[in-house]
Amino acid sequence: MSRPEEIAPPEVFYGDTEATKYTQNTRIQSIQAQMTARALELLALPEDEVAFLLDIGCGSGLSGEMLDEEGHIWVGCDIAPSMLEVALEREVEGDLFLHDIGQGFGFRPGTFDGAISISVIQWLLNADATSHSPTQRLTRFFTTLHASLRNPSRAVFQFYPSSDDQVHMITSAAQRAGFGGGLVVDYPNSRKARKMYLVLMVGSQEVPKGLDGEEMAVQGKNGVGAERKKEEVRNERRRRKEEGKSRKGKKETTGKEWVMKKKELYRVRGKEGVPRDSRYTARKRRVQF
Amino acid sequence: MVRLITHNMLACHVKNCTKDNFPLVFSEVELVIRESEANYDFLRRFMPKLDWPALVDTARSLGDETLPDDQPEEWTDEQLQALHHVLMEMHVEEGNMTCRGCGHVYPISNGIPNMLLAEHEVGR
Ligand SMILES: C[S@@+](CC[C@H](N)C(=O)[O-])C[C@H]1O[C@@H](n2cnc3c(N)ncnc32)[C@H](O)[C@@H]1O
Ligand SMILES: [Zn+2]
Repeated sequence: MSRPEEIAPPEVFYGDTEATKYTQNTRIQSIQAQMTARALELLALPEDEVAFLLDIGCGSGLSGEMLDEEGHIWVGCDIAPSMLEVALEREVEGDLFLHDIGQGFGFRPGTFDGAISISVIQWLLNADATSHSPTQRLTRFFTTLHASLRNPSRAVFQFYPSSDDQVHMITSAAQRAGFGGGLVVDYPNSRKARKMYLVLMVGSQEVPKGLDGEEMAVQGKNGVGAERKKEEVRNERRRRKEEGKSRKGKKETTGKEWVMKKKELYRVRGKEGVPRDSRYTARKRRVQF
Repeated sequence: MVRLITHNMLACHVKNCTKDNFPLVFSEVELVIRESEANYDFLRRFMPKLDWPALVDTARSLGDETLPDDQPEEWTDEQLQALHHVLMEMHVEEGNMTCRGCGHVYPISNGIPNMLLAEHEVGR
């Protein structure tokens, strides 16, 4: 099957029919939720703090719902009106914008505490109009995104490149825009489970490591030395181990119960924007790592 | 929905529009109030990012007079609640946002602002 990007421009491909089909597909729901959870983990926000986030290519809100469940305040943007309409119907909490990310952002410097983007940026490599130059659009996108993020912070992109060339185009545009960071590949040896995340950083930070793999392609900024990288990987590994420990405690109450408990906790703490309990609350698609 | 927390962060992104490109001016607004629980910690962390004069002006243009001219240094709970209301509970559902610099109009319909630019308006 050919890739969606090659079939039609995004706002056409994700028309009314596809937007509904996409959003109602339980397999897609669960994969998008899993990848969003992983992206949030890679964002490494301070524990138990509500953050102001940007969801780039938010679509119908499958990724944004996860941000709601975590209690964050967010802004979502997407180029497909039909997808945004479905997001409205699903009553996601974020502010939604009809926006072509290739045209760049107008957010003031330091606006966001972080950004995520799930299954989107491969679209930027297609020229859907004769006036479109993918390189120019990527540059405009990353430059204005970089400016709108606070220092320090991260932007995490799960994406589906069609070739190494595409990966290179994306990472080098990000670097030119001033980002540090690198690629994180989860399950590199599994054809099905393999997922690629571009972890971009504003300010100097540790580069995280992929799950279940030694392999990591790092596009370090400012020539970070190999020794330093190893150290960073070790630190990340330690952090992950520790997180694993604390997470075990939570595992005893899983699923709906756990979400309800967490929401209750947020409410007690006066956390802003805790989603109402609805029929969507903790439905099966929510997968824990 | 466009909440004022988002509006206060948003400047015009038309090519070469760098003067008077913030804040975008609301007109023909349909406003909806949706109550939500306040999180004072979040508000406190967010405060340094706010452009206070722009927020006060915008809130007043939408009929909310509760914010003081100068950003308080010590916040009372009452003031925090007023800030929460302005930032998080006022949702603009319909209307326009106009740039004072270049005149570009970003229409809002169904709570969603249309930020799409014509090709000649896109910066490089
Ligand atoms: C596979 S969907 C993912 C949506 C959502 N992030 C999720 O996880 O379900 C890809 C989305 O990218 C959006 N998109 C593609 N190109 C875009 C662009 N240039 N600007 C904004 N959004 C774009 C599409 O409209 C579509 O909603
Ligand atoms: Zn302007």
